[in-house]
Amino acid sequence: MCLAIPGKIITVTGEGSLSRMGQVDFGGIQKDVNLAYVPEAKVGDYVIVHVGFALSTVDESEANAVFEYLRQMDDLLELKEGGP
Amino acid sequence: MKPGTEFAPACPIPIRQYPRVLLAHGGGGTLMHELLEKMFFSAFGEAPAEGRHDAAVLPFPAGRLAFTTDSYVVRPLFFPGGDIGAMAVHGTVNDLAMSGARPLWLSAAFILEEGLPMETLWRVVNSMREAAERSGVRIVTGDTKVVDAGKGDGLFINTAGIGVIEHALVIAPGSVRTGDAVLLSGDLGRHGMAIMSVREGLEFQGRIESDSAPVSDLVRQLLAAGVEIHCLRDLTRGGLASALHEIAEAARRRIIIDEKAVPVREDVHAACELLGLDPLQVACEGRFVAFVPAKEADMALRVLRQHEGGAGAGRIGAVEDGHPPLVVLKNAIGASRILDMPSGEQLPRIC
Amino acid sequence: MKYLDEYRDGAKAREYARQIVRVTTRPWAIMEVCGGQTHAIVKFGIDELLPRFITLIHGPGCPVCVTPLELIDKAIEIAARPAVIFCSFGDMLRVPGSASDLLSVKAGGGDVRMVYSPLDAVKLAAQNPSREVVFFAVGFETTAPATAMAAHQAAEQGVKNFSLLVAHVLAPPAMEALLASPECRVQGFLAAGHVCAVMGCAEYEPIAAKYRVPIVVTGFEPLDILQGLLMCVRQLEEGRAEVENQYVRVVRPQGNEHARALIRRVFEVVPRQWRGLGEIPASGLRLRSQYEALDAEKRFGLANRNTAEPAECLSGLVLQGRIKPAECPAFGQACAPEHPLGAPMVSSEGACAAYYRYRNHALAAEPAK
Repeated sequence: MCLAIPGKIITVTGEGSLSRMGQVDFGGIQKDVNLAYVPEAKVGDYVIVHVGFALSTVDESEANAVFEYLRQMDDLLELKEGGP
Repeated sequence: MKPGTEFAPACPIPIRQYPRVLLAHGGGGTLMHELLEKMFFSAFGEAPAEGRHDAAVLPFPAGRLAFTTDSYVVRPLFFPGGDIGAMAVHGTVNDLAMSGARPLWLSAAFILEEGLPMETLWRVVNSMREAAERSGVRIVTGDTKVVDAGKGDGLFINTAGIGVIEHALVIAPGSVRTGDAVLLSGDLGRHGMAIMSVREGLEFQGRIESDSAPVSDLVRQLLAAGVEIHCLRDLTRGGLASALHEIAEAARRRIIIDEKAVPVREDVHAACELLGLDPLQVACEGRFVAFVPAKEADMALRVLRQHEGGAGAGRIGAVEDGHPPLVVLKNAIGASRILDMPSGEQLPRIC
Repeated sequence: MKYLDEYRDGAKAREYARQIVRVTTRPWAIMEVCGGQTHAIVKFGIDELLPRFITLIHGPGCPVCVTPLELIDKAIEIAARPAVIFCSFGDMLRVPGSASDLLSVKAGGGDVRMVYSPLDAVKLAAQNPSREVVFFAVGFETTAPATAMAAHQAAEQGVKNFSLLVAHVLAPPAMEALLASPECRVQGFLAAGHVCAVMGCAEYEPIAAKYRVPIVVTGFEPLDILQGLLMCVRQLEEGRAEVENQYVRVVRPQGNEHARALIRRVFEVVPRQWRGLGEIPASGLRLRSQYEALDAEKRFGLANRNTAEPAECLSGLVLQGRIKPAECPAFGQACAPEHPLGAPMVSSEGACAAYYRYRNHALAAEPAK
């Protein structure tokens, strides 16, 4: 229900207020986004944007979790099946 | 401003006197005469051969005649990379090229809204002059009507075009054969997303410009190289999906497309993701698909890639037997889905 | 695009599919709640990769599809009034009401405008002081923070000519309502990742415990959905019923406190009619009394009305996951994107439109891959 895409914060204005705004870059296009809900997000951070609002920051340390899990599953199965 | 147009002549209609189009400018009297003389004729040149009459009388070369028409209602009138005038010329030139014709002459009919700034009209007319020069065609006849304010949304243009077919090929869906290669002349979605970028309520910033351009020269190169072209179709409203769907239906065959082979620029891809649109359904204005025998695909691509407008050309799929006619997309995951005909205007979504 | 395209890797997707095949020993029925997930599943053909033991049931997570008929009719009535600028998300424009839709109102001369964000509507109101600007606030908890901010800003800035037609719905009550039905076949859930980015994961714990169903908070790209499915199937095979988070790069367990604070300030929870599902208690949002002045229903004095959905439309059964779109007699015949009978055929998130667009029943009937 929620088309939200990741973008990188380029600029921030209106610090400390509910109208904190930023220019966010999505793969080469930019849009003004309301950053009030992610007060900790700063220039260079990636945020998830839905209808003009950043709802969450992308935790870059978790970005590989999807690939890690797959690797773990492979290892798990190799163990079960008694090695390669 | 596009490169090469740093110096544009000033509007020839005295702006201080007539800053906006009036009903009288369409009325057939002196004001209309002045509009025609100073603006249209000075931009498009005198009608050839026999001066100005109700019809342009033209010397017709030997061969088959191709004839097409289209109307242009785009909003806004000016957008990154183009405007309604350039579109109106390129679009009709391209329709002629798609039947393998060499475009020769265009007509241009304008419906103007009372109150349209004269400067706007001049910019559009100038743009058409440039586009005509670029496309190697002349605008030889036309018409102007002015409607009451509130009834016209600014400006509409209709162009009709005449071209000559100087070869023996029948370039049409009926000539498509099983096993044909499907070629695409370049990346998708620039025009549609350029329009979106300036559309009220959806605007975004970036470098996406319309790909509005004539493709007639690319077709001429293919013909000159002796490529046995079976079918051509330019991608306009409805994008690649629409064009392929129409051809599959008309040729009564299946078209299988490899999604990985379809080029989309990163920023166009991002804009589509932002608005929830499918790049395969987004309008282009300077792109076409070509159906050629598989063994000629490589040669055709070499020819296209040598030319400015075809640098991004590639092979995207093939024609197969099958009923009912379908367009099937094979994606990176290895799954197949039907590429359906877009229904109505694509609407950006939230969910 | 970074943090998007890498999760569409074909080779990794096939690997995930192989893992799912390896761990599945029995048939399982799993529901993906969110319309965005349905869209991705059908668009990328994810269900084609799954073993036939796994049945995917498409959930009611398409706010466009579940917005009650009555509210669509009210929207149409307001939009048709002179001097009103009616603002809406694109996907609401074609949703059929009882007799019309917003695009038809536009064709008839109504000033109906598509916006990307509710803040665009507030801006329009400030720019057009002599017009009444109304925003159709549709969406789940993901969108409620945006509407809340629009309400807050309009109130703060004293924008008097702005109002909201509120149609927000909440995901967990819908899941509970489905689970409470005796015909419910759903054994596990992929919860809506972006809803949880706002609300956190805690409210799913009591549901998982009460109904003994695994709930995996899942993202929207093919690898997210496949990982979510793998995590869910593993729970089912192991007899677990826990809340897990697949979408760790975006969802924090506590969600977004700032967003929830403003939602609480602006809205209160009320019962809501869901198109195709009936009334579900505590499943909708309404403006609190201190924001009453922004309520379009009150401002335009709209009476409640009785509405009836077309009899041939089985969207209720589709939304409950009891039938697949292709099993509806009207699918592809009386009901198609050009002439939809119900909302799931209009919105490209709706199960029916997603099926129609990306999977033709003719192709599906052909001998397998």
